[in-house]
Amino acid sequence: MSVATTLGLGAVMMATVRRELLLAVRSPGDIINPLMFFVISVTLFPLGGGAESNFLSSIASGVIWVTALLAIMFSMDSLFRADYEDGSLEQLLMSPQPLYFLLLAKVFSHWLIACLPIVLLAPVFAAMLAMPDQAMVPLVLSLLVGTPTLCLLGAIGMALTVGLSRSGLLLAVLILPLYIPVLVFGTGMVEAAQGGLPYAGLLALLGAILILAISLSPLAIAAALRISVN
Amino acid sequence: MLDVKNLYCERDDRVLFRQLAFSLTEGQATRIQGSNGSGKTTLLRILCGLNTEYEGEIFWQGSPVETVRSDFRNGIFYLGHAPAINKSLSPLENLRWFCASRGIREAMSIPRALSELGLQGYEEVPCYMMSAGQQRRVSLARMKLVNARVWIMDEPFTALDKRGVTELEEILASFVKSGGALLLTTHHPLQLECPLDVIDLDQRAGRGSVS
Repeated sequence: MSVATTLGLGAVMMATVRRELLLAVRSPGDIINPLMFFVISVTLFPLGGGAESNFLSSIASGVIWVTALLAIMFSMDSLFRADYEDGSLEQLLMSPQPLYFLLLAKVFSHWLIACLPIVLLAPVFAAMLAMPDQAMVPLVLSLLVGTPTLCLLGAIGMALTVGLSRSGLLLAVLILPLYIPVLVFGTGMVEAAQGGLPYAGLLALLGAILILAISLSPLAIAAALRISVN
Repeated sequence: MLDVKNLYCERDDRVLFRQLAFSLTEGQATRIQGSNGSGKTTLLRILCGLNTEYEGEIFWQGSPVETVRSDFRNGIFYLGHAPAINKSLSPLENLRWFCASRGIREAMSIPRALSELGLQGYEEVPCYMMSAGQQRRVSLARMKLVNARVWIMDEPFTALDKRGVTELEEILASFVKSGGALLLTTHHPLQLECPLDVIDLDQRAGRGSVS
């Protein structure tokens, strides 16, 4: 039998992030698909609604936020699906390490893979939608603080539906209502900046929601996963 | 080490087993027998804490498992039907994460574990390029890495070739001889050189519907 000395929690989380990133590199669709969805959907709005810049700038924050939100929701499927099907999820649930931190690491890697590219690319498309320059920094800030919350909430829904073979629409019905507060504060913040108003308060609210999500949602994800593998 | 008392489980209005009681002790192998659908896998998953739809008590070293979860999880190793191997990753990468997720510092033991399972030279090959039997061996290599004293195995011989079966029997026997407790299901005629208990679920089942 091998000599087994224990690893610290930080090393366990790092190893989890490393594995997820490695998997994303092996199947780049997980990175590219949400991003392409975002790019194409945003492009559809000027095509369908007219390219008049006054109109576009009035809907820009909403369009960017809603498409980012949908892209993230659709990306959630890759979070637990493969692990559920190959049995890795069972091993994860049986780990003596605290599941809370393992899941947090998993969701964080998912955010890096699926959301960060969208956040970084958002200003380009905001410019395409004639968003004024002074709103660019608030837009990126709002997405940076808001999208991790969307990932954590989406992971709860995904954990509940991972046992079902076709969970796409059910997932949307379950988690889209939970996305409303983040969407309201996120777009509100960008619109405030667009109108030259202070937005720090809304950013703080988004931050508060994120902290709440970080502290509570891993517990809900863990409970949901236990139900799903039962 | 692991004591089960008065276990009762039903599925789809059918009693799988009732008043099931047994103990897994050091240096003892236990085999669960039963026809297809008799609840072998369900029983193993209940013992591992993956299935919670049961009544009865499970004790880990004298204390109810709910109170010693982390200790219990350190002490058992479960090999399920599913290989728990991600096919895009190589054996090395798969096992590295397995060790980390259990908090084990792997040192240099992974290549050794793989070569003991006859996979030397395959460490860096993505698992989707390997045969079912080789993937099974990757999955089995995990038992060499954990420090668990109870191994719970669901059909460990599936997909292995003749030599693989003999080798696995030797590994299992030496684990039991070194003071481990083994619980397994298999349809394969087992030749273990160690004490072997048999639990027959067909006899314990309350056949017929729940009244």
